[in-house]
Amino acid sequence: MFFPISNSHISPIYLAIVGFLIGILGGFFGVGGSFIAGPALRAMGVDWNFAVGTDLAHIVGKSVVAAKRHRALGNVDLKLGLIMALGTIGGAEGGAQLIQMLKRAGNVNLVVSIVSIVIYVSISAFMLWEGLRTLQTQSKRTEAGRKALKKDESAFQHIAHAIQRLNFPPMIKLPVSGVTISLWIILLVAFVGGLFSGFLGGGAGYIRMPSMVYVLGIPTHLAVGTDLFEIIISASYGTFTHAIKGNVDILIALVMNTGAAIGAQIGAISTQYFAGPKIRLAFVPLPVIGAAIVIYTLMTGHKL
Amino acid sequence: MKSETIKTLRAFLIELAIYAVLVVGYFFLVLHFLGSWLYQLEIHHRYTYAGVAILLIIGQAVVLENVTTLLLRIIRGRSE
Repeated sequence: MFFPISNSHISPIYLAIVGFLIGILGGFFGVGGSFIAGPALRAMGVDWNFAVGTDLAHIVGKSVVAAKRHRALGNVDLKLGLIMALGTIGGAEGGAQLIQMLKRAGNVNLVVSIVSIVIYVSISAFMLWEGLRTLQTQSKRTEAGRKALKKDESAFQHIAHAIQRLNFPPMIKLPVSGVTISLWIILLVAFVGGLFSGFLGGGAGYIRMPSMVYVLGIPTHLAVGTDLFEIIISASYGTFTHAIKGNVDILIALVMNTGAAIGAQIGAISTQYFAGPKIRLAFVPLPVIGAAIVIYTLMTGHKL
Repeated sequence: MKSETIKTLRAFLIELAIYAVLVVGYFFLVLHFLGSWLYQLEIHHRYTYAGVAILLIIGQAVVLENVTTLLLRIIRGRSE
């Protein structure tokens, strides 16, 4: 099928399948999936600028579907999502400025690649360690203890509790998440996520979702749903700014969303059948895939 | 308990099937009726195009899910 806006020929079935896979990942892990969508569009000959902008547009649609489903399951903290969206947009602008500075210095590709590899691998390694430790601790418990703590727990939660106790007013009560925390800490976490989003591209859900669990102490299911809600706002903003720069082919995004919307529903429903630590463990390969793509690009010079 | 899970799963699959048909239909309707208009809009009126693009993608997600829910209600109403 010919898509005149981006001047590209792509099979709609291919787009729908890619969308479906990303939809499942997005619904289950609360990530945008740009580390797959971008290379998948590039592989079909779509220009890099269109791959980035179109990917963001399809992320909006998929996140709306998945967030609606998660909200029905009680997994979305709207208050937290709205506050985080503010920090993310600010951070994304900061990240984009950082990229411009590095462009002027002439070493943007190498710096961004190395930073992203380090970040991706660190997140995966940490989540693998934490997830395994939590499961080990759970398996050592007596049956009664296991039942009492079945909802969600983390081997790192004492750090989150210490962060929650930091008293930088105003303190924000998040009854849905069961957490009271300083507004500045939420904004800082969102800003850092946004900074990476603007710096490395994509929605940076691979940073924000773990940060919500480990730094803010949000239960995993709520972190997934709230991250998706937050992605709707930040990705809509990104789509708008990319569209006015001529980087969005909405027809490609709509085809991708046919698969993504269905996948996102399946992914969101599936979270109900897994405990928090297992979701976090299953998350581990995602940043590694992102790192592998960057290493491939560095070694071959072909940008996927 | 098991039959309850099967019932929930079946309801979800029916909802998903209806939704899938609507989502695909929506794309072809947009392509047929708005394809060339969107192309022109993207060249000449970028701000309008940006707004329409977001509305179309959110519409695909929100409106169609509501239509699916409505259709399911009608189907269930008839079968009862």
